[in-house]
Amino acid sequence: MAVSETVAAVQPAATPTQPKPGRKRRGRNAAYWLYLLPGAVLFILVIGAPLVGTLYLSLTKWSGIGDPRWVGLDNYQQLLHDDVFWASFRNTVWMLVAMVVVPTLLGLLLAAVLFDVIGRRFKPRTAAALRAAFYLPQVLPVVVAGIVWGWILRPDGAFNSLLDAVGLGALRHDWLGDPDTALPAVMAVMIWVQIGYPVVVFMAALQRVDPELYEAAEVDGANWVHRFRAITLPQIRPETFVVALTCTIAALKVFGPIFALTRGGPENATNVPSYFAYYTFFKKLQVGYGSAISTVLTLIIVVVAVLFIWMQARSERRDRGF
Amino acid sequence: MAVITPAPVRGPVRDRHHRGVSRWIVLALVVLGALVMLVPFAFMLLNAFKSPGDYSSAGPLSWPTEFYTKGLRTYWTEVNFPLKLWNSTLIAGSVAVLGVAVSLLNAYALGIGRVRGRLWIVGLFLLANMLPQEALIYPLYYVAKAIGLYNTQLSVIIIFTVIQSAFGTYLLASVMGTFPRSLLEAAALDGAGKWTVLWRVVFPNLRPTLAVLLIFFFIWTWNEFLIPLVMLIDNQTQTIPVALASLQGDRLMDAPTTNAGALISLVPAILFFLIFQRTLARGITAGAEK
Repeated sequence: MAVSETVAAVQPAATPTQPKPGRKRRGRNAAYWLYLLPGAVLFILVIGAPLVGTLYLSLTKWSGIGDPRWVGLDNYQQLLHDDVFWASFRNTVWMLVAMVVVPTLLGLLLAAVLFDVIGRRFKPRTAAALRAAFYLPQVLPVVVAGIVWGWILRPDGAFNSLLDAVGLGALRHDWLGDPDTALPAVMAVMIWVQIGYPVVVFMAALQRVDPELYEAAEVDGANWVHRFRAITLPQIRPETFVVALTCTIAALKVFGPIFALTRGGPENATNVPSYFAYYTFFKKLQVGYGSAISTVLTLIIVVVAVLFIWMQARSERRDRGF
Repeated sequence: MAVITPAPVRGPVRDRHHRGVSRWIVLALVVLGALVMLVPFAFMLLNAFKSPGDYSSAGPLSWPTEFYTKGLRTYWTEVNFPLKLWNSTLIAGSVAVLGVAVSLLNAYALGIGRVRGRLWIVGLFLLANMLPQEALIYPLYYVAKAIGLYNTQLSVIIIFTVIQSAFGTYLLASVMGTFPRSLLEAAALDGAGKWTVLWRVVFPNLRPTLAVLLIFFFIWTWNEFLIPLVMLIDNQTQTIPVALASLQGDRLMDAPTTNAGALISLVPAILFFLIFQRTLARGITAGAEK
């Protein structure tokens, strides 16, 4: 699931002060509720009610047929002692490394190099072409990416042939089939998938920066590292927040690539909460237990999102000197 | 433009010289990185036109001995690709249009109407967009079965219209929050009602943003996997990613067919991206300049 770059365009929601609501004004505003009606009804039907449903089901035992049986917090208690559940969250931490930490850091570096070195010392077209190469994996449906990589990493796939060709045949391996290498292999694929997103967003952000800032710094004798720390990083901080938030959410929810690459295997080495919930719902037909997994995942995502937004708001307030 | 500032007095000549070499090293490193990114695509192309016999005898790295298109044709007919293409287009296209329409109405009430509690409402929509779809899927699946929407494209269209418009509402509400008040007031003085203001004043002004949103909704929905996987079980209704993944699950496909399938599945996405990338780039810059 490709994360958006529009997000980068979103300036923190402006909150203009509301004009004093005279009685007449409030009356006029009330009519706007009508425009919210279709969206609100759809929202309640497709998001609100199912969410409440999942919450309720997480307190029951149910196979999807007959009536759910109320069991209170039993499912959650069971989760605490479920090794697969803990394994799936451990793997999520690794997915955060592969989908947030590495792409954001590499993306910062690449965007800065493409913009500040290659874009200015070579033709802008060169930078644009290189940017496109890094962005291309974002265009392809992530399941298709998973299937191609699944084949590349197979015992008879392209990666092993490549190792043979360069004389490293001794390293041949069933990369996705061995519990020791499956997770690193999946992580490598996710870095490949994700890297283009921060590069494109950060490069768009750098267009905003006044070129004179860089030139002045250069005249003052600032080297590249100085310029990167003193100009590039502070200038694109808002975008860094947005990229980190959207990538974190995507990493917590990751499903398609896992389904296409490993189906959580071998021996749960690549299982993640999303896939674990899907499997529990539709393969094991334990709807109550699956709902408990989904509920925990939802809670974590909401907490992370709120935390991020709060941190962003705080850092913006500090910037404005409050 | 590569403007190389003349070295100031204190800039030693050696340093400028040094920089001239290092920029080529940097370029070489970045080009190398870009090539690594493209290698999987090269593998895909190379093996999509290879016969299974050729693949098993000469391996994945060799040049194809003949221009073999049976893999492509097998995939095309086996999964009934034209039908899958139509399903994907129908679903993604409907979601894009409906999602933008719903976002526009919601954001009009929130961003321009500034109804009470709008910050909370926008926050709610934003969180809804971040929810894991697992938290919704079972009740949606169960209800869809109960009311006969299971295994129909309509079920997926409705669900994604709401999910995408949750994001669209957040984006458009913040854009409309900065909409020039004077334009609205002038229209109101001319006696325009809210409906007229929406379509005659707000809509034309937001058209570029709406276009970007339309394209994103289309691409996101096109690439979605979990909900279509659960909702669309039939060959008649499946989308391209679901069809490709379920075929792969059967282990029926040899390596060339896998690659041919991936290649064909990739083409619409790339075409769409190439056609609209200018619009996208414009949208991003427009947002950044605000």
